Amino acid sequence: MMESVLELLGPELYYGALTPALKIAVLLFVGILPVITYLVLAERKILGYIQVRLGPNRVGPWGLLQPIADVMKLLVKEDVIPNRAIRWAFILAPCLVVGPAFVIFAVIPVGPPAAEPGGLDLFITDVNVGLLFIVAMATIAVYGLIIGGWSSNSKFSLLGGLRSAAQMISYEVPQGFALVAALLLAGSMSMVGIVEAQKAAGVWFVFPQFLGFFIYFVAGVAESNRNPFDLPEAESELVAGYHTEYSGMRFALFFLGEYANMIVISAVAVTLYFGGWYRPFPNVEALSFLDFPFLPAGLVAVFWFAVKVFAFLFVYIWFRGTFPRYRFDQLMDLGWKWMIPLALLNIFLTALFKLVL
Amino acid sequence: MTEPGSGAQTLFDLKEMELNFGPQHPSTHGVLRLKLKVDGERIVDCYPIIGYLHRGTEKLFELHPYFQNVPHTDRMDYVAAATNNLAYVAAVERLFGLTVPPRARYIRTLLCELQRISSHLLWLATHAIDIGAMTPFFYTFREREIILDLFEEYCGARLTLNCMRPGGQPFDLTVGWEERCREFIDDFPSKIDEYEGLLTENRIWKKRTVGVGVLDPDVAVDYGVTGPLLRGSGVNWDLRKATPYEAYGEVEFDVPLGKNGDTYDRYIIRMEEMRQSSRIITQCLDKLPEGKIMAHRPRVMKGPKVGEAYAAIEAPKGVLGFYIVSDGKPGPYRCRVRPPSFMNLQVLPEMTRNHLLSDLVAIIGTTDIVLGEIDR
Repeated sequence: MMESVLELLGPELYYGALTPALKIAVLLFVGILPVITYLVLAERKILGYIQVRLGPNRVGPWGLLQPIADVMKLLVKEDVIPNRAIRWAFILAPCLVVGPAFVIFAVIPVGPPAAEPGGLDLFITDVNVGLLFIVAMATIAVYGLIIGGWSSNSKFSLLGGLRSAAQMISYEVPQGFALVAALLLAGSMSMVGIVEAQKAAGVWFVFPQFLGFFIYFVAGVAESNRNPFDLPEAESELVAGYHTEYSGMRFALFFLGEYANMIVISAVAVTLYFGGWYRPFPNVEALSFLDFPFLPAGLVAVFWFAVKVFAFLFVYIWFRGTFPRYRFDQLMDLGWKWMIPLALLNIFLTALFKLVL
Repeated sequence: MTEPGSGAQTLFDLKEMELNFGPQHPSTHGVLRLKLKVDGERIVDCYPIIGYLHRGTEKLFELHPYFQNVPHTDRMDYVAAATNNLAYVAAVERLFGLTVPPRARYIRTLLCELQRISSHLLWLATHAIDIGAMTPFFYTFREREIILDLFEEYCGARLTLNCMRPGGQPFDLTVGWEERCREFIDDFPSKIDEYEGLLTENRIWKKRTVGVGVLDPDVAVDYGVTGPLLRGSGVNWDLRKATPYEAYGEVEFDVPLGKNGDTYDRYIIRMEEMRQSSRIITQCLDKLPEGKIMAHRPRVMKGPKVGEAYAAIEAPKGVLGFYIVSDGKPGPYRCRVRPPSFMNLQVLPEMTRNHLLSDLVAIIGTTDIVLGEIDR
């Protein structure tokens, strides 16, 4: 069937438009959105078990329909825009949070490129400045929080927006520095290239780049506004921070953005430091049963990628069950006084290492 | 005091912003309202506004006979009803000259210490969740539930206990209550270790509490602050030791004291107080005498002699006193309550000045106020 479509459209349209569109649709509606909805449920369940309770278990078996009920509720809820809010900015802000988070998925490889020409690449596109693209896109999301906090015309929202601005300044920098060290090691900015470099080196970059990974992940937690860095929305201090005035689907978009950001941070961490779609120790023959040879290779690749990402998401949830919240000035302290010097040191050591070898 | 809005046209022209914190804010613990003047996130001034939970309890006391007033006290500090009951009945007993039998005194001590634990557990839960640690909330409520079950078994109520009468106790302990209480209290210190494992040495917890909301001992005494707040500043003042009432003179326990008077010290003190309370409960269970639980009272109570009586006890939140004036009628002429939370709230502006907004919730948490008692 695909051949006839190929003939009908011609290769340019087929490879240039149809395949990417289909991939985006599959990624969005089979990948990200269901994962996010069920991530919310998983978070509530895992938190429940951490906190000696059961978590949601009323809607459907084991609460499996809970996320669907939640989404339905948010969809039909009244969408209030405060009278004195700055209307266009108020509407724009949630889009600014969700959009970039989704766009980043375009350059994250969930599996290997096609084995033969004309085959299926398991990513939407492989940009040769992939890493740069991710950093640039991730930065835009913060504007959503700032604009959302400012346009609401509420004091608590404003404080939340201010906090997220401060947080951005403190965390984008060390995060960028941590990534620089990783790409020094890989010698490539393409996400696929970085994964292949790890296979060629025979070691996950988390081992030579432990410091870099640590800084990246801590900064990532801060960037996705999760515990212990959930200051912009600290509910006990700022009611709900920047999204205090949002309701209904607009609030849901912020929510979606937060979880999409969590997945992005995890996926980038997996790609950069944990060998992407490859099984653990891809060069050790004795472990080749982990490739599940009886399954299609693409599926196995996606499986390993997903397993690694979920491990990170679990860590996120674990953090939330364990840590208190940092204070605004302490967070800046941590960023400027510890993480930036450490990240610079890390770049220096990595460069030295590259030079010597 | 200059008006911060004077001459300013927009928010950008203001150096200080006025922020209404509460009464519907998630961490003002009820209906406290704080008028804050903030410079960015720094608190320049803090002005507590109370009265949102005023129910005229002190007036209600005048409308009922002495012996029917106990339920009103339940609703003042609604997370520590037993100690409220005790303070009121102690004042009435002093007015009537009633002597409480030993068994009733021990049962009262038991109930009060259980109440102290449950009150401190609630404080820990909310304090931790204010600072962002979510999990201790559920752990503490697990144990608090057992205490409430014990109360329910004893008197039928879980929160509004109404479990004391002037002259003694209305009920004896139910069959098996002592065993269940002992079972809980033997296990409880290990549960405290569990909470402490999550918080005490946690770097973030320490960063959020050490040096935050420092209360100078002199200031504390000047404002009439009592309870863990006062002891956190190193002032050794615990009515259970200073003027032993009920069975406190016959049991051994220590009064933990802080050094720096900061939020962390007060946290440590309350954790230690829970341990000491378990010690007291164990001793009470060991020593529990047999015998009557109610003093001899005439069938129909007449009013007391004209006069006045004041009784104060160490409630979980500080010194709780009842001052009753009698004009010889069956009900009090005037009943004045000295609630610990009211005095402790007074010092909040002193403690929060020049702190950040995030510290404010930590400090509200550490003062451990209950608005039902402040507004009455």
